[in-house]
Amino acid sequence: MLTAEGLTCVRGDRLLFKNVWVELNAGSLLYVLGENGSGKSSLLRMLCGLLMPDDGAVFWAGVKIKHDAESYLSNLTYIGHLNGLKDDLTALENLQMSARLAGNDISEEKAITALTAIGIARCANLPVRVLSQGQKRRVALASLWLTKSKLWILDEPFAALDTASVEVLATRLGAHLTNGGMAIITTHQDVTIHAQSSQILRLSA
Amino acid sequence: MNNFWNDSACLAVLRRDLLLALRRRSDVATTLFFFLIVSSLFPLGIGPEPAVLSSIAPGVLWVAALLAGMISLSRLFSADFADGSLEQMLLAPQPLALLVSAKILAHWLVCGLPVVLLAPLIGLQYALPNDVLLILVFSLLLGTPALSFIGAIGAALTLGVRGSGLLVALLVLPLYIPVLIFGAGAVAASQHGMSVEAHLSLLAACSLLAIVLAPLATAAALRISVE
Repeated sequence: MLTAEGLTCVRGDRLLFKNVWVELNAGSLLYVLGENGSGKSSLLRMLCGLLMPDDGAVFWAGVKIKHDAESYLSNLTYIGHLNGLKDDLTALENLQMSARLAGNDISEEKAITALTAIGIARCANLPVRVLSQGQKRRVALASLWLTKSKLWILDEPFAALDTASVEVLATRLGAHLTNGGMAIITTHQDVTIHAQSSQILRLSA
Repeated sequence: MNNFWNDSACLAVLRRDLLLALRRRSDVATTLFFFLIVSSLFPLGIGPEPAVLSSIAPGVLWVAALLAGMISLSRLFSADFADGSLEQMLLAPQPLALLVSAKILAHWLVCGLPVVLLAPLIGLQYALPNDVLLILVFSLLLGTPALSFIGAIGAALTLGVRGSGLLVALLVLPLYIPVLIFGAGAVAASQHGMSVEAHLSLLAACSLLAIVLAPLATAAALRISVE
């Protein structure tokens, strides 16, 4: 479904990676590994369409993502390094707003269910400003329980999470992949995710 | 723009920004007080001569409104850029230009409209008669949307640049000149008993043009800034 052909990324004068090929089908998981600064985040941003490849192209269902951005983006959930949360809004408001922005109008009960799933429901009505780093991350990740998109691109989703939450998230990822979803993640942690097929892409600096 | 109101994503952006403004009222107050203070300094500095004051009023009040709108511009996208909400807006399936329009509309409602509503009170300081005050409010109502929409292009272009506040001013102020000329011109014309129709029509034209074209330019600038 998602293919990338010969991606090259140059930042400034530095070549981060070149000629990277990705092919991802329903139910499969791609780990992007590499040391700090090897271009993992840049690759993920490139696959989302946030960053233009210096060479090569990304295709969704055989069509360049630039040519049919709407159908690609409605199938994509991206959670980057930044959580995309507003400090002055509550966890619940943030979750509902981000779901609506993704074209998914959800009720308050559904949002609460998602927050409960990742164990943060008791902070639902607190402004995100007062939450800890890990709690903020969990609020951002709660949208994975609401989204219907097929492709998840997650940049270090396990960073700042406690062990119990890592387990919960890994289970959610496994369920998504079993339902024919696709996921691309970067991580430095050793986490077992149940997937029919998983690939590893190693970027070297 | 037809499906703007039916589009829940646009409404979500508008609602979020208005809610944020409500939670952080000090930002709105800064704009208003800036307008209030700048426009009150002139009568204090120049002296209470009604003839002089009323002759400088159109220009002074319009320049004050223009600067007040501009000081909040650098905040338009910078918070979203810093916390990652901008990335999520770029990745929403809706056209970015529409979402950007919603953001700019929220900016105008929060920073432009209060200035329009406060203007007649300030106008009294300048010994403006009632019919001129009415034209002043009307010209600001027609012209300030153009300021927000044109300003958004500058805010998007300078996103993530150090010292962006000053850079926005340098980029955007020259583009405000037509709006200033027609806006202040309308008020001055009404003071001299001339027809204001031509000025107001041109002012409305500026705004319409900005409302249609600026979101497209802003969206393109945002995509470049986020890279």
